[in-house]
Amino acid sequence: MTKRRVVLHFPKELVDKPIVYRLVKDFGLEFNILKAEVNPKEEGVLVLEIRGNEEEFLKGMEFLEDTGVKVQPLSQDVSMDKDKCVDCGVCIPLCPTQALVRDEASFKVEFIKERCIACGICVSGCPYKAMSIKF
Amino acid sequence: MKTIEEINERIGKGEAVVVTAEEILDIVKEKGAKKTAQLVDVVTTATFGPMCSSGIYFNIGHPKPRIKLGGGKVTLNKVSCYPGFAASDLFLGASSLPEEDPRNQIYPGEFRYGGGHLIQELVEGKDLILEATTYDTDCYPRKYLKTYINIKDLNEAVLFNLRNCYQNYNVAVNASSHVIYTYMGVLKPNLGNANYSTCGKLNPLLNDPYYKTIGIGTKIFLAGTCGFVAWWGTQHNPCVERTEKGIPKFPAGTLALIGNLKEMSSHWLRGVSIYGYGVSLSVGVGIPIPILNEEILSYVCVDENEMFSPVVDYSSAYPQGKEEILGFVSYAELKSGRIKIANKEVPTGCLSSIKKAREIANILKNWIKEGKFLLSKPVAPLPSADSGYRFKPLKERKVEND
Repeated sequence: MTKRRVVLHFPKELVDKPIVYRLVKDFGLEFNILKAEVNPKEEGVLVLEIRGNEEEFLKGMEFLEDTGVKVQPLSQDVSMDKDKCVDCGVCIPLCPTQALVRDEASFKVEFIKERCIACGICVSGCPYKAMSIKF
Repeated sequence: MKTIEEINERIGKGEAVVVTAEEILDIVKEKGAKKTAQLVDVVTTATFGPMCSSGIYFNIGHPKPRIKLGGGKVTLNKVSCYPGFAASDLFLGASSLPEEDPRNQIYPGEFRYGGGHLIQELVEGKDLILEATTYDTDCYPRKYLKTYINIKDLNEAVLFNLRNCYQNYNVAVNASSHVIYTYMGVLKPNLGNANYSTCGKLNPLLNDPYYKTIGIGTKIFLAGTCGFVAWWGTQHNPCVERTEKGIPKFPAGTLALIGNLKEMSSHWLRGVSIYGYGVSLSVGVGIPIPILNEEILSYVCVDENEMFSPVVDYSSAYPQGKEEILGFVSYAELKSGRIKIANKEVPTGCLSSIKKAREIANILKNWIKEGKFLLSKPVAPLPSADSGYRFKPLKERKVEND
């Protein structure tokens, strides 16, 4: 079993085509949609967490690339520098997946890496440059 | 009734009862106002957040031969400083930028480095490159100077906040359909988030709404050392509408603060890069409030559900200078993480660090408890709600023959 996070970029012409369901049907992969930005006639972005057999996962990604979808691994390389963070929490409402949360009692801001989809909005939104991203 | 002299006597003996503005609430609930006013000597307040109207002035000493910086051009790590004084005094503002910074030409600009970062680095003891070009005189023959400078070699280095400790502030939202980048942070479209910037219950001037104990000369915690209230801050606006308990419903009083930069810590002075807006400096401030009587106590006992902030649309009302608001929300609601605007639930973000403000309130509490910090009596009051003193907009006048 493998569990990976990927960012899929759909070119305009593929946005209205049924593609992702094939991962389930042909490759037996399970997925969870972490983020989706799909608009008709525009490029679409889908962030998936995919579970399944390692070999089938690789085949599935190959299939996507063959159809014209750009596949990018979502290496979870967003990190928080606790020395730079001042626990203000201005990042909290910016995060689309609640990966940045505040402890109600201490007002300490915590970064929950497992929830992060590496969209990068916190990186530009943090005034103290405490968040960084590496692909 | 107590006097500051009596409180200082107790501080000197190590007997003073000192609590933070958050802790006082439970004490007064348990013991009642009368007993609490007798028991508690000092309540500490604090704030930590970006304040662009911060700066430093410093004296670099005279090189041999001498140079007159006044009237010349000076940069520090390529960030412009203001040299319009005598030969070797300089002022550096928190929002100053290097000349080559692209600003918002590539929108939104990143503003990675500027005055605020430079002030932080100076305090951290880093060497900075000073470059000056100027004109020569008979007594100041040099026209060019390039040298490292370090805080330990400066004659004086002083933090001067033209404005800080805003008594209440706007909650910023964006009612437009596109993202905007403001000094209140990144604001998502269609009321996607609401950003506020005060430490609520700990906010110094919200605990002394009529400035009955805080005035010119009040000794404070400033970025890790003792500083003073130098004057009222710019844009001081005490005559705004207030609640029954005297809490201003709009941005109101402000303070100008001063202190020795050489004794400060970068833990409490942080350079800030505000995406699409500019650079700034976050400053940690703590102010003690002597509980002289029951009236002063009543002010520090106002709860966060009795403090309100106006919600302002930063996509239209604010930039256009219109006085429209979308309503009021309480600090209790803001701090819960969600507020309701026009029947929509909006997540809130805070630009001030409540956690750091708590740390400051506790440090100041301990300084006083340990007898290291005596309270000072203001030498003059700040203009208060009955002064008629107002923050005016600029009256633009057409320049003739332009």
